[in-house]
Amino acid sequence: MDQLVFLILSIISIGAALAVIFSKNPVYSVLFLILTFFSIAGHYVLLNAQFLFIVHIIVYAGAIMVLFLFVIMLLNLNKTNETSKSMLPKIAGAISGGLLLIVLLGAVKGLNQAEASQAVNADMGSVKNLGKILFSEYLLPFEVSSALFLSAMIGAVMLGKKNLKDH
Amino acid sequence: MQVLSNTVNNYLVLASILFAIGVMGVLVRRNIIIIFMSIELMLNAINLLLVAFSVFHNDASGQVFVFFIMAVAAAEVTVGLAILVMIYRNTGSVDINSLNKLKW
Repeated sequence: MDQLVFLILSIISIGAALAVIFSKNPVYSVLFLILTFFSIAGHYVLLNAQFLFIVHIIVYAGAIMVLFLFVIMLLNLNKTNETSKSMLPKIAGAISGGLLLIVLLGAVKGLNQAEASQAVNADMGSVKNLGKILFSEYLLPFEVSSALFLSAMIGAVMLGKKNLKDH
Repeated sequence: MQVLSNTVNNYLVLASILFAIGVMGVLVRRNIIIIFMSIELMLNAINLLLVAFSVFHNDASGQVFVFFIMAVAAAEVTVGLAILVMIYRNTGSVDINSLNKLKW
C-alpha cells in the first residue's frame, strides 16, 4: 500500500518537474511547480512528518508560488519570447544533466546499506515534538532566521524602489 | 514503514532524479524565472532527502534543518524576484543572454 502510494506520488512529481522545465509558457511552469510541491507534500505525509507537511504547503504553495505568479503577471511575461539562436548549449546542458543523474544513481547503487533504526518513533514529526526541539536545542538559529527575514525584506524593498535619489 | 531500508533507497533515487531535473532546467532554459523555479526544485529534492534520512535515523534534527532551509529559500526567492524585476526594468527582458556584461 505504502509502495503503491509512493510510486504514484513519485510519478506525479517527476512528470510535473519535467513539465516545469519544458513548458513554453512560464505560467504553466508555475502551475506544474505547484503540482510538484503538492506531491512532495504527499511524500512528507507518507514519511509521517506532519509539521513539515503543513509548513511546506503554507510556505511554498501559499507564499512562494503567489510571489512567482505575481511577478509573471506584473511583468506580463506570459508569452513565449525565448529566442533560441543555437541548439548546441541546450543539448550540452541536457547531456550534462543526464550525466549528473547517472553519476548520482551510480553512487546510490554502490552504497552500503546501513541498518534501519529499529525503534520507529511515530510522533517524531509532530508539531509538538518539533516545536520542543526548535525552541530548546535550536533556539539561536531560530532567532537568527528572523534577522535573515528582516534583511531580506529590507533588501527586496530597496531593490524594488524605482530610483533611490528622488524618493 | 516496515521496509524502511528499501524506502530510503527509493527516496534517494527519487531525490537524485528531481535534483538532476533541476540542474537540467538551470542549464537548458534561458528564462530567469524558469531558472529560479529549477533552483526551487533542487532545494525541494534535498529537503525530501533530509526528511527521509531523518525518519530513517530516527533523529528529529533533520526535520528542523528542513524547516530552516525552507526559511532561507523563502528569503532567497524574495530577494531574487526583486532583482529580477530590476533586471526587467533595466534591460526590458528576462533572458539571461542579455546579461553578458561580465563576459569576455
